[in-house]
Amino acid sequence: MNSAVVVFPGINRERDMARALRLASGCEPAMVWHADTALPGGTDLVVVPGGFSYGDYLRCGAIAARAPIMDAVRAHAGRGGLVLGVCNGFQILCEAGLLPGVLMRNTAMKFICRDVYLRIERSDTPFTRGYNAGQVIRVPVAHGEGNYIADDATIARLEGEGRVLFRYADPGGALDPAWNVNGATNAIAGVLNEGGNVLGLMPHPENHVEAVLGPTDGRGLFAGLVDHFKQAA
Amino acid sequence: MIAGDRGLPNRASCVNDTKSTAMAPTSNKSSTRARKKPPAPRPKRRPKAGKRAKVSPALIAAHGLTAEEYQRILALMGREPSITELGIFSAMWNEHCSYKSSKIHLRMLPTKAPWVIQGPGENAGVIDIGDGLAVVFKMESHNHPSYIEPYQGAATGVGGILRDVFTMGARPIACLNALSFGAPTHPQTRHLLAGVVAGIGGYGNSFGVPTVGGSVRFHTRYDGNCLVNAMAVGLAPRDKIFYAAASGVGMPIVYLGSKTGRDGIHGATMASAEFGEGTEEKRPTVQVGDPFAEKLLLEACLEIMAKDCVIAIQDMGAAGLTCSAVEMGAKGDLGVTLDLDAVPCRESGMSAYEMMLSESQERMLMVLKPEKEREAEAIFRKWGLDFAVIGKTTPTKRFVVRHGGNVMADLPIKELGDEAPVYDRPHVESPKKPVLTAADVAPPVATADALLRLIGSPDLCSRRWVWEQYDHVILGNTVQRPGGDAAVVRINDGPKALALTTDVTPRYCEADPFEGGKQAVAEAWRNLTAVGARPLALTDNLNFGNPERPEIMGQLVGAIHGIADACEALEFPVVSGNVSLYNETNGRAILPTPTIGGVGLLEDFTKSTSLAFKREEEAILLVGETAGWLGQSLYLRDICEREEGAPPPVDLAVERANGDFVRALIAEGIASAAHDVSDGGLLPAIAEMAMASGIGAELDRPPVAAHAFWFGEDQARYVVTVAPGVAETVLARARAAGVPARQLGLTGGDALTLEGERPILVAKLRERFEGWLAAYMAGEPA
Repeated sequence: MNSAVVVFPGINRERDMARALRLASGCEPAMVWHADTALPGGTDLVVVPGGFSYGDYLRCGAIAARAPIMDAVRAHAGRGGLVLGVCNGFQILCEAGLLPGVLMRNTAMKFICRDVYLRIERSDTPFTRGYNAGQVIRVPVAHGEGNYIADDATIARLEGEGRVLFRYADPGGALDPAWNVNGATNAIAGVLNEGGNVLGLMPHPENHVEAVLGPTDGRGLFAGLVDHFKQAA
Repeated sequence: MIAGDRGLPNRASCVNDTKSTAMAPTSNKSSTRARKKPPAPRPKRRPKAGKRAKVSPALIAAHGLTAEEYQRILALMGREPSITELGIFSAMWNEHCSYKSSKIHLRMLPTKAPWVIQGPGENAGVIDIGDGLAVVFKMESHNHPSYIEPYQGAATGVGGILRDVFTMGARPIACLNALSFGAPTHPQTRHLLAGVVAGIGGYGNSFGVPTVGGSVRFHTRYDGNCLVNAMAVGLAPRDKIFYAAASGVGMPIVYLGSKTGRDGIHGATMASAEFGEGTEEKRPTVQVGDPFAEKLLLEACLEIMAKDCVIAIQDMGAAGLTCSAVEMGAKGDLGVTLDLDAVPCRESGMSAYEMMLSESQERMLMVLKPEKEREAEAIFRKWGLDFAVIGKTTPTKRFVVRHGGNVMADLPIKELGDEAPVYDRPHVESPKKPVLTAADVAPPVATADALLRLIGSPDLCSRRWVWEQYDHVILGNTVQRPGGDAAVVRINDGPKALALTTDVTPRYCEADPFEGGKQAVAEAWRNLTAVGARPLALTDNLNFGNPERPEIMGQLVGAIHGIADACEALEFPVVSGNVSLYNETNGRAILPTPTIGGVGLLEDFTKSTSLAFKREEEAILLVGETAGWLGQSLYLRDICEREEGAPPPVDLAVERANGDFVRALIAEGIASAAHDVSDGGLLPAIAEMAMASGIGAELDRPPVAAHAFWFGEDQARYVVTVAPGVAETVLARARAAGVPARQLGLTGGDALTLEGERPILVAKLRERFEGWLAAYMAGEPA
């Protein structure tokens, strides 16, 4: 799996993401600078990592969404290439028009860093094939603006088309407002685009991939992607 | 207050602390002075280039200089200074930069060990951890700015300390902090706590460094003067550490980072004085942080350092351009000429005085290798940062500032730092307090009730509300997250890791500064030991009141002596630090608070241990002697409502023996859990171990009075758990080592069961432990 991690000024989880990709695939991902206009040849997966691109000034992700490299990311997605946006990456993909909806401030109006539980809604996608549908995973969140919102019609469509892949849940997998860490609509933590090839996810699976540091529930996402490309090859 | 940044003796002058400097007019202190003389007007108009304004006594006072200090300046210069020159002197000679009150005492601190690469005197301390790697760290206060504007005050405190670390070529890998607030009932406390925590998180989270540990305390003596001490830790190649000393004549001096504005020019107005009426009006003196700019500055600096472009580097903190330029020249035995016309400014019309004293954030000064100038500039442009050659090194040892074609300052560069006044201020020892015995303290409530109250009290309850606002997992190396004895952060991909902690017990320091100083060091050493680390070195942040009062000066001197003794006995040297004085409001000083930031090394982090009970039916052992010392305990204060007595003494030889014993148990994999016994005593420590795991404990009847045994705060103690089969062997080994140890009981069940007391459910403990702070911050009455 050849992955490319896009680095905007102010992005700060690119090393965490690169480590998770390396551990899962055995390949060092390419780090792509925001001012570049092309992705490395043969890129399978584009990852927009977490952080505070452009300081989150103006609006989270709004400036990054208009950076030169984003045309190449859009083109990659347009060809059906896989794109993963995590945290600020999710916000950037929404601002770039690659995903519907927007991420508002957490209902608690505070930055929150803690482990949360996510229910996997489907396992038949490249992003979730490493998990079972209904499985509950434990991964950390670290964000101030993760409260996913879209208009009613969009939400209905997302739900109707099975494009919600991850939801905040209790440790048993039940939906409970007390476990919906940021107040997201329908407890949505991760959504797919219409084509099924672009995923936005607020929590950080890349921080739960090493047994020596604790839970490893984030591995499934990266291992699934590696399998996807192996099978495709 | 004066936040004398680098609180150490051989620390030359100021360097970059983000908090103070410049003029020092409106304060209690100065207003006392102003009674004799007319109030100090701010210089309304900059003097015309070349012209000298009359330096009046009021103007001297407004710059925080005494008449004697001004005479010293006249003698040094042989003429009257210009306004710009007076500003430069005030920046260099205030308490914050010159350590004039603390310098002679700080010299007593042990600063050397075979693993110390750089002790006090640089931007941060540096220690060798093997494998060609060095750890760079320091702690610094941002107390007054945080009281005036908690979010930005705390944020820029974090920004300043991060810059200190990456200025030396280190990539920051962790932040910690130590926060002291007023009584929960004080109307400002909630607002300050919320703002400070949001500010620390806002800066660190965006910059991209995990905030992994710290401490929060409440006491009425901090009502008008909260403390915000921030610590940063970075990692650098051992042979690629960058220093401030310039070398070579005619080398370009380059300005990097954000533009210079008028912010912070009157920083020392509040930072070098006590608080009184009118504090609110000082808000404009607090700088505004830009963590995005700092992140860019970090990446750009590390990139040009890797490309070998840099001769010397100094960040601009306190007194910005003045301090950084003087420091670089003085340390390199060179002169410096600056051309202010080339300084990137945020607004037009700034005078030399303003540019020299601005404390705008996220700026750096570098001496570059001339042949690398273009390469360095390209890197900075790539990161979208300002880059301007604003001066050069000269052979003259003079600090010359030009602006608009005129010489605005021409001063002897060495004397600016070296000839700063040094005071041996009168000091009196704090009166000794009587030693209380268990018999002097009648238990007002049952043990179970006391435990539940303590564990849910402001000083002992969970800090989850705080640390959940800090990104503590970013960088993917956090082995032990907040909530334990010390945070553990993996180095690169391991197996080495650092253990990190901040500690001090101010109520002990108030009762006995010497013992309190010792205890602060011992507790940091103990916390590092409790996760299995070998303590290597520390940074200190000495927060005290007005040093012109002999009793306050006595606290400072006593605490420094105590710290020095403990550092010596525990081979735990001081490598960096900061002094913050004048922490007073309307004449009431804070509790003496010498915060210690400790760093320890784990050769293999997978062999570290946490405080959580791991299994049922394990033997719970207590290492260390328990006499039941209740003087200055939380039990006495919060349950008996008495703040009395002498604090528990620290026997440093015992401390070392007990700690070495526990560390060996952890290293050998014998101890499955370990926890130091500190605030609140033994039973709260056991409760914390139970709450962390959900496993309860059955505890035997204590050998001395129950309240004294369970809640006494005797020092040098740890609770460890071991497999039941090895308990006897471990106790025998302790006896052989001369380490007092006993079995307290066994883990198991869902409650703490004390012989002769009603069981206390772990779930109930958790509810109390997690309850108070969240409810308080949600607006419930304290």
